[in-house]
Amino acid sequence: MKSRWLSGPYILWMALFTLIPLGIVVYFAFTDGAGGFTLANLARLGDYLPILLRSAWMSLVASAVCLLIGYPVAYRIAHAKPSRQKFYYLLVMLPMCMSFLLRTLAWVALLEDTGILNNLLRAIGLTPLPLIRNSGAVILGMVYNYLPYMIMPLYTVLVKLDPRLIEAAQDLGCTPRQVFTKVTLPLSVPGIVSGLTMVFVPAVSTFYITQKLGSPGSVLIGDVIESQFKAAYNPNLGAAISLVLMALVFLCVGLMNRFSGSDGEEGVATL
Amino acid sequence: MRRFTKIFTVLVFIFLYIPMILLVVSSFNRGSDMAVWQGFTFSQYGELFRDDSLLRLLGNSVLVAVLSSLAATVLGTAAALGIHNMRGRMRRLVMQVTNIPMTNPEIVTGVSLALLFAFVGTVLKIHSILGFWTLLIAHITFNLPYVILSVMPKLSQMDPDLAEAALDLGCTPFQAFTKVVLHEILPGVVSGALMAFTMSLDDFVISYFVTGSTFVTLPVEIYNYTKKPIQPKIYALFTLMFAVILLLMVVMNLLQARDSKARRARTRLNQRREPSP
Amino acid sequence: MAKELIRLSGLTMTFEDGETVLNGINLYINDQEFLTLLGPSGCGKTTTLRIIGGFLTPTAGDVLFDGQRINDVPPHRRKINTVFQRYALFPHLDVYDNVAFGLRLAKLDENEVDRRVTEMLEIVSLRGFENRKVTALSGGQQQRVAIARALVNRPKVLLLDEPLGALDLRLRKDMQNELKRIQQAMGITFIYVTHDQEEALSMSDTIVVMDKGNIQQIGTPQDIYNEPKNAFVADFIGESNILDGIMRADRLVEFFGRQFACVDAGFAPNEPVDVVIRPEDIDIVPADQGHLCGTVTSVTFKGVHYDVIVDFKGFKWLIQTTDFQPVGSRIGICLNPEDIHVMHKSEYSGQFGDYSSYSAEYDEIAEGGDDEE
Repeated sequence: MKSRWLSGPYILWMALFTLIPLGIVVYFAFTDGAGGFTLANLARLGDYLPILLRSAWMSLVASAVCLLIGYPVAYRIAHAKPSRQKFYYLLVMLPMCMSFLLRTLAWVALLEDTGILNNLLRAIGLTPLPLIRNSGAVILGMVYNYLPYMIMPLYTVLVKLDPRLIEAAQDLGCTPRQVFTKVTLPLSVPGIVSGLTMVFVPAVSTFYITQKLGSPGSVLIGDVIESQFKAAYNPNLGAAISLVLMALVFLCVGLMNRFSGSDGEEGVATL
Repeated sequence: MRRFTKIFTVLVFIFLYIPMILLVVSSFNRGSDMAVWQGFTFSQYGELFRDDSLLRLLGNSVLVAVLSSLAATVLGTAAALGIHNMRGRMRRLVMQVTNIPMTNPEIVTGVSLALLFAFVGTVLKIHSILGFWTLLIAHITFNLPYVILSVMPKLSQMDPDLAEAALDLGCTPFQAFTKVVLHEILPGVVSGALMAFTMSLDDFVISYFVTGSTFVTLPVEIYNYTKKPIQPKIYALFTLMFAVILLLMVVMNLLQARDSKARRARTRLNQRREPSP
Repeated sequence: MAKELIRLSGLTMTFEDGETVLNGINLYINDQEFLTLLGPSGCGKTTTLRIIGGFLTPTAGDVLFDGQRINDVPPHRRKINTVFQRYALFPHLDVYDNVAFGLRLAKLDENEVDRRVTEMLEIVSLRGFENRKVTALSGGQQQRVAIARALVNRPKVLLLDEPLGALDLRLRKDMQNELKRIQQAMGITFIYVTHDQEEALSMSDTIVVMDKGNIQQIGTPQDIYNEPKNAFVADFIGESNILDGIMRADRLVEFFGRQFACVDAGFAPNEPVDVVIRPEDIDIVPADQGHLCGTVTSVTFKGVHYDVIVDFKGFKWLIQTTDFQPVGSRIGICLNPEDIHVMHKSEYSGQFGDYSSYSAEYDEIAEGGDDEE
């Protein structure tokens, strides 16, 4: 069929609203406020390198925690009765449909110095703990918000795993532990990679979670970009930082995809 | 091991749902501080409907979500059909571009679109270009990949001869799509549209950068609470939305359960008949 | 025979990746003819069919239907229907609605639709299955729905793309008879694509043997079998021993250093030729009475006959005989003039017809070959 032209409007749309905007980001990153070419924005990036590295590190930790928590859950759901699976899956998805800002605010109420958890501790006679305004709270916020993005692709991979492969492995002499390490785990690598990507990318660029749960001094790269556009109004510097963030993300995603051998054609949408 | 994963899964679900339960509980609280219980009341709900400012914002969110997911579904399904018939380098290229909004951090997408709109605003000498239209364009843009990526697998699962069979029997290409192909890919189209709708409804990061004071959506307003005191009636709104979505999911689950039961019965029938063709 | 209905002239097809799958095909198809395109996978037979159906536009050459050029006529405007390889039944419709699909598109009134669908289901013996889901049917039943769905539109031509490929052997034989019966009863031109030579021989009025995008031979089943044009055709249709020979004169061919009388003529004097001898045409005689004498190296029981491999001076022949010959025995063979078929040398010479590496599994490997193109 000669229906390739059907994608014409889409290609035009993406050119106008995805490719050209990225071009403009590049343009801004290399110009000053008056529009003249400059490398000053890039030169100032050095100041932000520690923040960038901290952002990358914290989102890596959050991704790893999500994997550790998400895998058993996804495994459990994939092995539940078929009639229940869909329901559990929807339960995982449901938080994603609800306002992530309000849910983060609820964590503030839970963790605050005068919050619910500390009130509980006081009530049973223990000293309150510093639960908020630290890196741990930010990572908790990331894990909480992005955990469903980890569970979904893992579940999709695990539920499609051919049970005959497990039987074959048992038949060939694998203990349950070996079945897991030699068959199940290697075959779930695409889901792991997809999950790590889906957690890492939003986590590394977040700015609301840090504002609410982090300590005022330790911002992440997302906060810096946000303030350049909304407060300090230096879009050129903001564009330069965005460019670096984008490069970092595409580098990580590219590495992960290479690692898992996926071509990214059918990555994410697996409802 | 089974016991362990079971208990663990229950704990994770508690972890996921505690903040939401807290918000629901807060909607019945007399005070505005979530951490302090000051007595049971329905007054937040009364307040929510008396002063309709929040409902108007919700209306704005729903309007953008409906329009953008519809537009993305039409545009994206057409695009998926086109991409499905592409081969080689062209196809890889288009899929890579499709993946950009999926992989790109939302903040970068938001910033890049904001810069584009600012640029267009300067060229066209429109003072405040950010508003409904820029928001709609941005939402359509990030919704499109969800539609395409959920329609594409359905297209590749489809027997390629089906469309040709329809043409062969006298369908025009458009009829072949509506009478045959659409039936085959409908689950993908619907799930793509639903995903686009939910993504759009709850989007904050991109909206925050591409909308102005003329058109505010609910998530953007909630973000503004960082700067001004929170209105507790937002908890009432959250609770109502939570109830609606929960209800929708239960209904969907029941419908699907019935459907899959029927399908299993059919396959059993099929298997029984198979040996004697 | 009846009048010409379809003509392909200079049909060439080159895909975007530069692969040429059809090399200037010339072919005409008569009204009410059962014509089979036969060849191995990748020979261009399905491409030819898809061009006739309107699903592909040829890079060069013309498709004429009743004298009209139809290259640019889209499939839905052609009076041609297709039975697809995997049936392509619409899974969201039941048997009745599948069959009624084309009639409803043609906006026939519902009484007429009902009459014709019912009549058609009768012809394919599927009365009573009207409201079944097509996914709940067996392979053979799906096949018949596909045929009914195409034929109910009363096309001038029915295209069939390996329609029996997915069925088991027994069902395939039944369906062959069924198809031939339907074709004769309805008086419709059938263009049939297959890689199964037996299917082609038993059903067709005309067989077109194709390979590498070229037509190798066009003829009746008897012509194709008895008078193959080259080593490819001789090998693809049935089993053949193909030997190097020299045409010494009309009706006199020399091979294995010995001259044999044959029935072929019209070759250049002393022209090198390929000589075809069918395994079932060879008569076994006592060693001292034969034209040639060889040693039996293997025997395989095939049911009706034995496949015997005989070594003649290092060249192995396949002989089919109903008499058991023990391995190691010396036998003679006798060749009658009409058992010897002489062909011009071609690009295929030397590639086929040698049973030196013969094994009993050979047939199965060849048949298992996939039919995708």
